[in-house]
Amino acid sequence: MSTAHAYPHEDTGVETRKLGMWVFLSTEILFFGTLITTFMIFKGKDFPGIKLTDVYDIPFTSISSFVLLMSSLTMVLAHNALESDDQEKTRVWLLATAMLGAVFLAGQIYEFTEFYHKGFELDTNIFSSSFYVLTGFHGLHVFIGVVLLLSLWGIGQRQNGLTLESGMNLEFVALYWHFVDIVWIVLFTVVYLI
Amino acid sequence: MTKILEPKKQNSIFRRPSSETGIWSWITTVDHKKIGIMYGYAAFFFLLIGGLEALVLRIQLSQPDNNFLSAAEYNAMFTMHGTTMIFLAIMPISAAFFNYLLPLQIGARDVAFPRLNALSFWIFIFGGIFLYSTFIFGTAGAPEGGYLDEEVSWLGSAPNGGWFGYQPNAGLKYSPGTAMDFWALGLQILGIASLISAFNFITTIINMRTKGMRFMRMPVFTWMTFAVSFLLAFSLPIIAIALFYVTFDRNFGTSFFLVEGGGDPVLWQHLFWLFGHPEVYILILPAFGIVSEVLPTFSRKPLFGYAAIVFAGFGIAFIGFGVWAHHMFASSISTVAQAGFGLSTMVIAVPTGVKIFNWLGTIWGGKLKLNTPMLFSLGFIGMFVIGGLSGVTHSIVPADTQQTDTYYIVAHFHYVLFGGAMFGIFSGLYYWFPKVWGKMYNETLGKIHFWLMLIGFNLTFGPMHWLGLQGQVRRTWVYAKETNLQFWNVIVTIGAFIIALSIVVFMINWIFSKRNGEKAPFDPWDARTIEWSIPSPTPVWNFSTAPNVKSLDDFWHSKYDEDEEGRAVRKPTADQLLIDLEEDGLNPKEEIILPNPSYFPIVLASGLPLLGYAVIFKSIALAVVGVILILSGSFGWGTEPLEEGH
Repeated sequence: MSTAHAYPHEDTGVETRKLGMWVFLSTEILFFGTLITTFMIFKGKDFPGIKLTDVYDIPFTSISSFVLLMSSLTMVLAHNALESDDQEKTRVWLLATAMLGAVFLAGQIYEFTEFYHKGFELDTNIFSSSFYVLTGFHGLHVFIGVVLLLSLWGIGQRQNGLTLESGMNLEFVALYWHFVDIVWIVLFTVVYLI
Repeated sequence: MTKILEPKKQNSIFRRPSSETGIWSWITTVDHKKIGIMYGYAAFFFLLIGGLEALVLRIQLSQPDNNFLSAAEYNAMFTMHGTTMIFLAIMPISAAFFNYLLPLQIGARDVAFPRLNALSFWIFIFGGIFLYSTFIFGTAGAPEGGYLDEEVSWLGSAPNGGWFGYQPNAGLKYSPGTAMDFWALGLQILGIASLISAFNFITTIINMRTKGMRFMRMPVFTWMTFAVSFLLAFSLPIIAIALFYVTFDRNFGTSFFLVEGGGDPVLWQHLFWLFGHPEVYILILPAFGIVSEVLPTFSRKPLFGYAAIVFAGFGIAFIGFGVWAHHMFASSISTVAQAGFGLSTMVIAVPTGVKIFNWLGTIWGGKLKLNTPMLFSLGFIGMFVIGGLSGVTHSIVPADTQQTDTYYIVAHFHYVLFGGAMFGIFSGLYYWFPKVWGKMYNETLGKIHFWLMLIGFNLTFGPMHWLGLQGQVRRTWVYAKETNLQFWNVIVTIGAFIIALSIVVFMINWIFSKRNGEKAPFDPWDARTIEWSIPSPTPVWNFSTAPNVKSLDDFWHSKYDEDEEGRAVRKPTADQLLIDLEEDGLNPKEEIILPNPSYFPIVLASGLPLLGYAVIFKSIALAVVGVILILSGSFGWGTEPLEEGH
């Protein structure tokens, strides 16, 4: 609380909004955990029709994964810039993060379209269904992240600029963004590599 | 005079709502007390609807081979009864208690995120409306080669696959039409509401406690809110994903739970009960918390074994994630799994027993005051023990396979959810009535309500034990005359109407007392926790100065000392203290900044049901409108002045 008449309370030293974000992310683990578990269950089954291994392009997905990982780096740089109160650099790195996220999303859309052309569709078999729901759910998270980053960037364009205290603050979005990246590392391994 | 500083009017794109009375003040409110009251009324409304559905079921079963309801209507009614009572009545009425009491019990001005709090309330409302709109927009057709040869009436056009939605029965093939989509998407929306409130309460409890309110000084109700919030946060994601799969199966041609497409129906059971069993504790733990507040107050003794009760609560919450397959003993799980889950089910009775004995220890030797809240709490203990004991019989696998899908199960879970959760909730409604309205309820009517409900409840659900053991099956719309089940079924139906009568008494008491009741004294129950150290009804700013808590049951210790034998002796200064507290509570000495009301929670929430309709009616236009509402709500939210936070 930044008001003059701060209401005294016991706390953990973690800023309240950040704490809320941590709690939110802990439930996200359950969301992805359930999706990954069912994916693994179905992966072990015998299913008819075309398989992911028939259609995927590991080098392509590796590159888009790399792009997403790099966005975590730019996110850290944006946070760093904000800590030294360099508004312009903060905005630049934020925009870079959003763009890298958008590139990843574009890659995913391209990949899905390719898969569809090759006959690997949502209702092809149980494997394709769980593949699309799992990666699509992650894609939705990346999309929301990009929207958040662009809004931050937009707020930064306004006169006062960004501060670490402001409402939808950068740390809050950064936590989310890193989480989404980490999930992708798990997904890439589980879905494409093993 | 009170000095509440109007929050600074800051540049915002939209005009800020400013009503302090009237309907707009309720629609735009972010005050946890108003939100709590709205939760309470909405939940009670759904409780009445769920109760009507139960009465309709009981009329059907009062005669053998009855045709008051068709099979399709019966299926719809029991599905909606279960779904309504769990998701639209007991959960939100617990949320009403959390909202109203949590900040007061930890000495905070509001929850951590007031606008998110409003958001979860409005999502709940829209989710409930969405689910019930199935009676207007939903369709439930006959399964291929099924039993339905007549047209399905409007009453039958509701979800009809049970609140558990077992697959493939609830899939498109055996439950055609859109009704089960309303169910799956409705629960999805309601789940979002509960998840958001769970984040909010966890954060509030961790970070918003007043000075000196250490964890081990928090009231037990707050502790149980904490445990329930964790249960919600970790179990709802599982059902959310499972409901996604159902929605995909029914609408987009996948076959996650359909054998013919390589899917696994038992997986649905695992996912559902992995949520569903923690859900049982989500429903009962708030009542545990309420009872743990009421019993010490009316026994005039401290709670026996405070730490044990707190840890038992968390023990229950934790083990609650490890017993889900006892709902599935009749499915294809292995005997090793059956043995394991049978054992864990017996184990979870241990912390529950710890609580029961602690409550008995609390009232043992106390000077009991048998006011209505106390009667309901005592009734709670009795009824919950019966339900708990029949629950332990389910952990014995061979016995359970006999009991599965019979009325014995129905008897068991009504003893824990009605005799347990609802008795606890009524206890809390009476206990905090003076706090919320500043008036006293009518004690005589309250006692009539209790006795009618206790008798009606036992007449309704007691005989179900032996009906079940005699073989009457659940979820079946008729029984044959030759089964000789009619006598007890008639008794059960009579009991159900006595419960309905007791609810009427409760409503009369509530409406009458709220309007014309006596003014409540400052501290009507001589209570223990700090929410009673402020005036009733609670001022908008809660505490005029942040309380400084020095011990467990701080308010009690400010009024009482102990003599050499450990008996409580009222301090000579106690009466003056109460007068001072009232004076101080009504007249804050410094400016108080309250969070601003906001339009955007309701705008954002209104987009969600449209997304639901978009899936059901396969309409891109509805989806676009829904997304626009959500985005504009979020945008407005984001552009509201940030200084007040959250």
